[in-house]
Amino acid sequence: MSDLRLLYFAWVRERIGVDDEEVPAPDPDMTIAALLDLLGERSAGHASAFGDRTRLRAALDQQFVPLDTPIGTAKELAIFPPVTGG
Amino acid sequence: MAARISVRVETEDFDPGDELAVLEALPGGAVASFTGLVRDEGGLKALHLDHYPGMTQRQIEEIVRQAAARWPLLGVTVIHRHGTLPVGARIVFVGTASSHRVAALEACAFLIDWLKVSAPFWKQAIRQDGGREWVEAIGADDARASAWDMR
Repeated sequence: MSDLRLLYFAWVRERIGVDDEEVPAPDPDMTIAALLDLLGERSAGHASAFGDRTRLRAALDQQFVPLDTPIGTAKELAIFPPVTGG
Repeated sequence: MAARISVRVETEDFDPGDELAVLEALPGGAVASFTGLVRDEGGLKALHLDHYPGMTQRQIEEIVRQAAARWPLLGVTVIHRHGTLPVGARIVFVGTASSHRVAALEACAFLIDWLKVSAPFWKQAIRQDGGREWVEAIGADDARASAWDMR
């Protein structure tokens, strides 16, 4: 089973303290939100970053998806605040 | 005729005149553009733009494809900078060329509205006193972009 690569951006990255990390691939039925619940136990930084889900957005294999999306067989999951480009 | 599409995500500055000249060389007769710069807000020194390498270019190209499917465009240029940009610096350029002014103008507005809400960039304000804070997304921007779906 391959790993899932997690990428963090903006203040999510700052609170967690790393740009990216790898976790064992979760059950394909697990949603992003459920994975964030588990990751929140890793450190105080994770807990702080993932505390308020209304401020988080996600991309699975570089496609924007809602947090209740199952992770499936994705290789890359990015977690970040709402975008502010332009 | 397929539109001439150019999407660049880069740290370097660009010359809007040069970019417009490329679009003006197309045979359409109508070119519209938007240039976004770092606004001079009290106490602001610079903006730092973080982005999601890999996804950014593809995401912008997808927005451009949607514009090209919706309006009869001859050319589209989108440039979005990242890195640390001082007050007054250019951040983003959108240029559109068409045979019809309405298509050029509307596609340009559509592109910048959608870039703001769906290109994976994040702005951090760097203040003159050294303080830093991430810029919050504006709900009105989502509403502006979504409004294009209803037109």
